[in-house]
Amino acid sequence: MTVSFALLVTAAVLVAVGGVLILTRSLSRILLGTVILGNGVNLLILASTGAAGEAPLLYPDVDRQRVTDPLPQAIALTAIVITLATTAFLLAMAYRSHQVNGTDEVADDTEDRLIALRAEVLDRRTELRSQYREDRAERGRSPEERARYRRERRQLRARLRADRAYQARARDASGDMWNDVLGADPDDYRGESG
Amino acid sequence: MNALVPLPVLLPLCVTGLKLAIGTRLMRFQRLFSVAVLAAVLVLSVILMIAADRQGPLSVHLGDFPPPLGITLVADRLAGLMLTVSSAVTLCVLVYSLGQGMADRDEETPLGVFHPAYLILVSGVSCTFLAGDLVNLYVGFEIMLVASFVLLTLGGTGPRVRAGSTYVIVSLFSSVLFLIAIAMTYAATGTANFAQLSQRLAEVPIGVRTLLEAMLLTVFGIKAAVFPLAAWLPDSYPTAPAPVTAVFAGLLTKVGVYCMLRTETLLFPGHRLGDLLMLAALLSMVIGILGAVSQTDLKRLLSFTLISHIGYMIFGVGLASRAGLGGAIVYVAHHITVQTTLFLVAGLIERRGGTTELTRLGGLAKGAPLLAVLFFVPAMNLAGIPPLSGFIGKLGLMRAGVQNGGEWAWLLVAGSAATSLLTLYVMAKVWNLAFWRDAPPGQKGEGSLLESDEDDPDDDETTRPVPAGRVVAATLSGRAVTTTSRLPRTMTAATGAAVALGLVYTVLGGPLTSYADRAAAELLTRGPYIEAVLAP
Repeated sequence: MTVSFALLVTAAVLVAVGGVLILTRSLSRILLGTVILGNGVNLLILASTGAAGEAPLLYPDVDRQRVTDPLPQAIALTAIVITLATTAFLLAMAYRSHQVNGTDEVADDTEDRLIALRAEVLDRRTELRSQYREDRAERGRSPEERARYRRERRQLRARLRADRAYQARARDASGDMWNDVLGADPDDYRGESG
Repeated sequence: MNALVPLPVLLPLCVTGLKLAIGTRLMRFQRLFSVAVLAAVLVLSVILMIAADRQGPLSVHLGDFPPPLGITLVADRLAGLMLTVSSAVTLCVLVYSLGQGMADRDEETPLGVFHPAYLILVSGVSCTFLAGDLVNLYVGFEIMLVASFVLLTLGGTGPRVRAGSTYVIVSLFSSVLFLIAIAMTYAATGTANFAQLSQRLAEVPIGVRTLLEAMLLTVFGIKAAVFPLAAWLPDSYPTAPAPVTAVFAGLLTKVGVYCMLRTETLLFPGHRLGDLLMLAALLSMVIGILGAVSQTDLKRLLSFTLISHIGYMIFGVGLASRAGLGGAIVYVAHHITVQTTLFLVAGLIERRGGTTELTRLGGLAKGAPLLAVLFFVPAMNLAGIPPLSGFIGKLGLMRAGVQNGGEWAWLLVAGSAATSLLTLYVMAKVWNLAFWRDAPPGQKGEGSLLESDEDDPDDDETTRPVPAGRVVAATLSGRAVTTTSRLPRTMTAATGAAVALGLVYTVLGGPLTSYADRAAAELLTRGPYIEAVLAP
């Protein structure tokens, strides 16, 4: 089987471009990425036909050996239709995301954020506690030290609370309009509660 | 008999068309109609399963084109069993969602969209089980995926769109990979038909064959949520409505496992990637269950156990022996039912307790004993307590691993034992937190179960005492939540039916395992399948 080199190179370039676009955060770029990627893959399917022959129409004088294999073309046609449908869905979703969240960026999962933050806070707390114990063993219990330790622990708790509030807001789109439009940040809440 | 093969795909599709034409009129008739259609599909599947067991694989060439050109649908033992289990589960979930819709009278799951999308999903799943060529498998996948996109983002609220976007993008990407794999297979062999491929792939150079195998395994691995490719699942499933999550968790991942079973045995017998599959299985099991241990939200916790238990099936596929494949088939049937049931119960818990966050639930064993039973049985089934079917599946897989005797197999036997212990731990945790302990102070007993966040004392005005037995519709963190002291009967009945289905596997343990064993033998010999397709 011989394959057109130009077809392969074009397909490879399209797939590469589409792949890079899909790795971005914005849904509209991902949309463009899937369109380009889909076209690249359709070219790949066409390339699997081999060298181009005559049109696959079986009228009397046609030599059947020289006709192009029509099956990959049928497969590509199916793939085009399906890509069109999914692209339309993605477009609708990007629009809806913009309508609801004010942006079409795909946000981090809030539960994942919470677990990461919880682990970080736990580490910091054990660190603080051991530091405090060491200090106490060295110099005895001083009120300032204790106050400082308490303050730091309070700050850690406030961070967890702030993140929980952020999480609740992330679930609840009808919260603060300003934060919905600009994208709320845990730092904003930290200022309020601390 | 062969003429019945396309019906599980065609019936739901035709009814979908009719439903779209009717629109939102004649609600009661439409509900009955959906249930009737799925019941018909269930009956058909049982007939196909029995016929495939007695007469060997049944095949149909649509449009009467000979095999390499036309669309081929094949029902063998494996496909028959998968069809039966999936249609039984989809019927249960449909009844459950009807109960939910009638109890809520809400717009969150609009009948005009939900029913057609759900039927298309069923049709797509049937199409993948029956597909006799790679292209048709791709089409079946896409039908299923497009329907699942719609179901997952139902209502179009913010969190659902966010969760849906991860799912949609990952699915699109895996579809594209699948298309590339099809193109490469076609370029290497000149056919996409499974039966022909299984003959022609033997002549393809070993390197190309392994590449094709690896690509197909990656695609199906994404669908089945095998560990390194599973990150999308716990992000996207828990936000959807309860019935949708249930059917997704039960069916869609198992479709990936089914495709692995099919391609690994038919196209790549004696495959070289067995060790890689075993590694993936081990990682899925252990990391999945550790993820579940760290969660406090019931739905997310169940999503992680889903990833973990996919590992068992991949273990069976990786062993590729008759006992291993048989064990995997039993486990697939068992897990579809049990995972769906657990998500249905999670939906009931959310309705009763107002949340699925375990730290805020409590006292359900006292307040809702029936719910406790409905949760306890499938939970123990998932953990594999004898004599339930989870035990039968795990025992079969472990025995196959011991028979294999390789280092990987022993490692996996140890891993699966540890995983089932950890599953038991996770289920005990859920039981203790949600059912066994006293209700936490935030909860005010029956009726009003919407408590405020303990960190935000300003929110207390949402906690109002409500007369017992009244339906409270309110919003909790942006989602419409309806809590009742008495659960809707239809939903409970549907969940009960699903629990009973899980128990039936235990009662019919002997016939089920021997059927699975015959199906595995049929997969390994390959001859009857190829004959049924190429020389009917």
